[in-house]
Amino acid sequence: MSSIKRDIISKLVFDCINQYQEELNNKIDISEGEQTRLFGGNGQLDSLALVSLIVNIEEAIETELGVSLILADEKAMSRRTSPFSRISNLIDYIEELIIAEG
Amino acid sequence: MTDKFVVLITGSRKGIGRQLSEYFLTLGYQVIGCSRSENDLEHINYTHYCLDVADEGAVKNIFSSIRKNFGKLDVLINNAGVASMNHLLLTPGSTVDKLFQTNFKGTFLFSREAAKLMQKNRFGRIVNFSTVAVALDLEGEAIYAASKNAVEQLTRVMAKEVGGLGITVNCIGPTPIDTDLIRAVPKNKIEELIAHQAIRRMGAFVDVINVVNFFINPKSDFISGQTIYLGGVFK
Repeated sequence: MSSIKRDIISKLVFDCINQYQEELNNKIDISEGEQTRLFGGNGQLDSLALVSLIVNIEEAIETELGVSLILADEKAMSRRTSPFSRISNLIDYIEELIIAEG
Repeated sequence: MTDKFVVLITGSRKGIGRQLSEYFLTLGYQVIGCSRSENDLEHINYTHYCLDVADEGAVKNIFSSIRKNFGKLDVLINNAGVASMNHLLLTPGSTVDKLFQTNFKGTFLFSREAAKLMQKNRFGRIVNFSTVAVALDLEGEAIYAASKNAVEQLTRVMAKEVGGLGITVNCIGPTPIDTDLIRAVPKNKIEELIAHQAIRRMGAFVDVINVVNFFINPKSDFISGQTIYLGGVFK
């Protein structure tokens, strides 16, 4: 997969976060870019906020990339490094799933 | 996004689902229905999809379509269900698969996808269907009642998980109502069942509509995780 594809995923994830920010009382500080921590140790999202964000990202992936993915399955949960710990991990994980989808 | 109240009803071709569809259409709601086969209900505000409610891909496709065409979903009524009455010792494993696929998995899949769509507006009402057979531990209905008991459990846990998203999840447990679902049940069995009710009569569609209206009312935003049985039946 080309780096352009990753860029597209990255933009999509950030767009979703920015859109989701509008609903949050405590805004996510994304000044660290892809290194921003989302969930888990020092993460900025609680579990319900993470669920909403994942749902929005799944929908955006389907609408904009035409791929139907489930991001939070057993495979994701059992990883040593959680795909939801940092934005970069999430983007990598989405890229990996899209490649696996073929 | 449509400004109409958007309601999705599973199993809308006949019985309670059909009655609910026609009722909501009279209120001017946008009604989306689905069933395994085509529906002859024609109305400018009615859209029908043919699918098996336990087919995950087909369920996801319906919700993609709802998102594109209407932009939101206000109410989901998980009405689709199948019943089976048999002695436990004579019940084939295939019956268990069939009942749990439609009654439980179908309810789960629709509820999951509906909540994803509803959470965007921070508003949603999900109404599931159980049965008084759960509360009454009816002989001959072990598998049917177990599948509906699973729906009640799903209702309670899901209510907790989506409460923070502005979505309520509740359940109605009808008594026997004159539909295809109970047509094969012997008359004496129906009479025995009614004898367990505090209010001893058959249920009617208006009884169901009354409870559904209560659950989906925007003012019922403090009511979630509940199962209401008709006929004065309780555990």
